Amino acid sequence: MSSGLSNNRIKPPATACGSDRSLRLGGSLILLLLITLLAAALLGSERLSFFDLNDQQRSILFDIRLPRILLGACVGASLAVAGAGLQALLRNPLAEPYLLGVSNGAALGTMLAFAFFESWSFARPIFAFAGAGIATFAVYQMAKGRAGMNVERLVLSGVIVTTFLSSIIVLLTSLLDAAKLRGFTFWLLGDLSQATIDGFYFTLAAAVVGTIVLSSQAKALNLMMIGERDAFDFGVEVGRVRIIVFSLSSILVGTAVAASGSVGYVGLIVPHLVRLAIGSDNRLVVPFSAISGAIFVVLADTVARTAIAPRELPVGAITALIGAPLFIYLLKRS
Amino acid sequence: MLEVRNITISYGKTAVLKDVSFGLNNGEIIAVLGANGAGKTTLIRALNGTLPVSKGEILLDGKPFGSFSRRQIAQKIAVVAQENETKFPVTVREFVLSGRFARGTAFGWETRDDLRIAENALQNCDLSNYSGRLMNELSGGERQRVVLARALATDAGILMLDEPTANLDLAHQGMMFRLVRERCKNDDCSAIIITHDLNLASEFADQIVLLKDGKFFAKGTPKEILRPENLNGVFDVKVLLDENPVSGKVRVTTIY
Repeated sequence: MSSGLSNNRIKPPATACGSDRSLRLGGSLILLLLITLLAAALLGSERLSFFDLNDQQRSILFDIRLPRILLGACVGASLAVAGAGLQALLRNPLAEPYLLGVSNGAALGTMLAFAFFESWSFARPIFAFAGAGIATFAVYQMAKGRAGMNVERLVLSGVIVTTFLSSIIVLLTSLLDAAKLRGFTFWLLGDLSQATIDGFYFTLAAAVVGTIVLSSQAKALNLMMIGERDAFDFGVEVGRVRIIVFSLSSILVGTAVAASGSVGYVGLIVPHLVRLAIGSDNRLVVPFSAISGAIFVVLADTVARTAIAPRELPVGAITALIGAPLFIYLLKRS
Repeated sequence: MLEVRNITISYGKTAVLKDVSFGLNNGEIIAVLGANGAGKTTLIRALNGTLPVSKGEILLDGKPFGSFSRRQIAQKIAVVAQENETKFPVTVREFVLSGRFARGTAFGWETRDDLRIAENALQNCDLSNYSGRLMNELSGGERQRVVLARALATDAGILMLDEPTANLDLAHQGMMFRLVRERCKNDDCSAIIITHDLNLASEFADQIVLLKDGKFFAKGTPKEILRPENLNGVFDVKVLLDENPVSGKVRVTTIY
């Protein structure tokens, strides 16, 4: 059918997204990520130079520091992308994996894997994903009423599941002996010190696949962000998009939590800052959140490694210390 | 274009719309009138495929609804619903461009044609200077016009408008109906409009469907339907009818 509006009086802008600025910003972010990775590799309790490394320093750089930094980048990207997807899906800028019980489900799964299948290296991510998936499914089922699901019910269900899972985690933690208790507490607050190259590959695969698949739903999420009924009216298969975003969030959060524990505020603060910089178009918000989340966690982990070196702080404590005041500031500003 | 055959729609065991039939032809505007709770919005939601029909059937271009995908239905039917407030900073241009979703690929950017169509829809709705503004900075009436611009940008053959003039001032009420009228005259297009404004329905609609308590009450041209006995039967009010001196259409004055 021809458009009744097809006269050519108005010269359209070059692209839909004002993309010169977006491209510049994307390029700058990638450059900033590379600089951050490089700086983080050189900084630490042992300062390194890329030239003239002895065997011990080479081992520190390639066996310990780089896997940890790269894992941190993947964890940051995963959590930020999961947060961006959930916020758009639930039309709530405050939604994030923690609010919906996804992180606690993953944490509980990881604890169970650690308790019963410690020798099997893939048990942690698989159990974390299963925990995140079950928590998401439980929240989703609780939120579904006779007239369908609404955002308020979903968030309320998320809070209930989060609280319930927290109490199970506390219960399990209190059964541990003192030596294990400290390790678990550290891990629960977010800890990248146990990074391995296998863990990095697993998290990298999840982060890359998650970002690409979620980006493929970004146009539909732009409509979902306005309203589910609007999205349905304008051609979005709402149920399918909802399942894709929930599944991806479970995978992303599950692998991130299994690798590093609960690193908080990344999924909340990063997409929020990205939206402030470039607007709400999820085709940009999702990939930009991935890069910014990686930068945020690598920076936080560098602080965690160096602030009281040779001792370490949990990276989750640093992200919370930066994230909470920043979020209050943003909330007041908006 | 659209044929409604004896449809019944139920919420649980309660039928909210019973045995309603009518057809929408090319170029035609049908106004759906009825008191609050008569089932008008339920009707629109069923015609758009949002609500399942428990009895009867709806044919779109001669085929049952079930044979179309969600995207195909959205290419054929555009809805102007009561507008939601968005919690994210969405610009007017982005909002209108989202109406092109069903016409493009799920992944990627809008084409130059999409941008041109969206800009023209904005211009037609008197919103040329608003394209960079944020939706949540606009007044209710301005947002309502943006919602219409998005529906126009879809290029859909059927427009469904649910109380489109609720937040609009007098000038923009007329503008909205004129735009729809013009669209139905010039293009391969037709419209169903839910409204409480009897005089706008009289001026712009070709047919009026009257609903009462979820049931079909009457259908016909404005002249046939806008009669004291019909309006008293549906709205329980007394009315005075005369002729609009400019358009010659029926004019309704409610007696309070």
